[in-house]
Amino acid sequence: MCGIVGLFLKDKALEPELGAMLADMLVTMSDRGPDSAGIAIYGGAAADRAKLTVQSANPVVDFATLAADMAAGLGCDVVLRQKDTHAIITLPAALLAKARKSVTEINPALSIMSAGEAIEIYKEVGLPAEVAARFDLSATTGSHGIGHTRMATESAVTTLGAHPFSTGNDQCLVHNGSLSNHNSWRRRLRQAGVEIATQNDTEVAAAYLTYRMREGDDLGQALENALGDLDGFYTFVVGTKDGFAVLRDPIACKPAVMAETDQYVAFGSEYRALVNLPGIETARVWEPEPATVYFWKH
Amino acid sequence: MQQIDLSQTPLRELNEMLQGQKDASNQAAWEICNPRGAHAIAVGLDAPIDVTIKGPTGYYCAGMNKHARVHVKGSVGPGACENMMSGTVVVDGDASQYAGATGHGGLLVIKGNASSRCGISMKGIDIVVHGNIGHMSAFMAQSGNLVVLGDAGDALGDSLYEARLFVRGSVKSLGADCVRKEMRPEHVAILSDLLDRAGADAKPREFTRYGSARKLYNFNIDNAGNY
Repeated sequence: MCGIVGLFLKDKALEPELGAMLADMLVTMSDRGPDSAGIAIYGGAAADRAKLTVQSANPVVDFATLAADMAAGLGCDVVLRQKDTHAIITLPAALLAKARKSVTEINPALSIMSAGEAIEIYKEVGLPAEVAARFDLSATTGSHGIGHTRMATESAVTTLGAHPFSTGNDQCLVHNGSLSNHNSWRRRLRQAGVEIATQNDTEVAAAYLTYRMREGDDLGQALENALGDLDGFYTFVVGTKDGFAVLRDPIACKPAVMAETDQYVAFGSEYRALVNLPGIETARVWEPEPATVYFWKH
Repeated sequence: MQQIDLSQTPLRELNEMLQGQKDASNQAAWEICNPRGAHAIAVGLDAPIDVTIKGPTGYYCAGMNKHARVHVKGSVGPGACENMMSGTVVVDGDASQYAGATGHGGLLVIKGNASSRCGISMKGIDIVVHGNIGHMSAFMAQSGNLVVLGDAGDALGDSLYEARLFVRGSVKSLGADCVRKEMRPEHVAILSDLLDRAGADAKPREFTRYGSARKLYNFNIDNAGNY
């Protein structure tokens, strides 16, 4: 069992509230997943700039000189904003790939949670309320976001085992369920050059979509292909720079509720997660169909 | 009329009050506000009382009902009205998966759609769905009636025993051993009564009946000694 929440805003006026709304939804799903929690937020994209989210087990020491070291190595300006165990590093978009390498070279103990123009990912072990507070989630703004509360089944309860998983720029995926053919797909995807960091089944699903989109699929086509290639139980919620998607496996035993108004599209593992959203009383509320791709784009 | 606000009263306290009603006393009507998707609202009732829930509920709403008439003015989450023995449960909105599962008696009415596994292993309950139902509905259904005014999803009535299935719309696919059957006068009478009690505006002759072909392993007399 896990909890998923997601919010895709249509109304820009709600963007300052995104973090607060998602935090409330996430905490409501605590009893579906008290092991760890994570959130991906899309926002703050600026022309020609990109962001890396980096995580450290020893942030005070590791982040002290990281921006200066990266700036020296890359020969550009690097801005680091620390949030608890995570740091958002902003730099010229053209240097994003080099910057990833630079982080690992400077300190191999650092983990890169996400990279892209708009995405930031925060995830840690602990109760969702604690995780949300550590990253001051309620004060975060953005255009869309996805959160996850984890009850681990397929791999250990660690920071890197928490969701969301990001295996491509501005992409992320969260999962409720378990995949049964992730080992063979992990091998195939690694052979195809997709980086996969953990033994977690969900990361393989994220990497699968990254691979399909690298091969020319759009997100909708990648998800259609996932229906044939990924075996197991899943409700996936997926984010891209300007997109938001939902997919349930054909058996669809993992719960899902969606709500849509003129202001937003929302996802919850349960209706409880949606009760504080504005206008929920009159929203169109429905259960997404099995084996059906749902996709929204800004 | 007893009014309970779930934003003020703990769920456990509400259920204890409802379960404590043993007969049609002077507390025969209850209204519950602010359910906000909470789980297990109005479960295990055992008296002919009327309970109205004003809003959407979560898992297991009105489970194990006996005698009570429960009306949900909203949608219900997974496992609504599981194992009902008697009474009536009416849902104004949609129902998530396995609504009415394993029910022994009573009437469940869903005014919207029901998702997958509706009426799974039903044992005598009557279920009327005004909208559509999802896949694997009435799997291993043993007795009772499932009436669907809309369409049915994949594998309807897989491994069915003696439950009757009436579908007005299309059936995406039939499950193993589930077949189309003739609509005889006694079936029209059963269906007519159920449609009437469920407030459904439909004519029995618009429906197709489905039931068990009785060809699976357990229906073969040669296998009887193996049990």
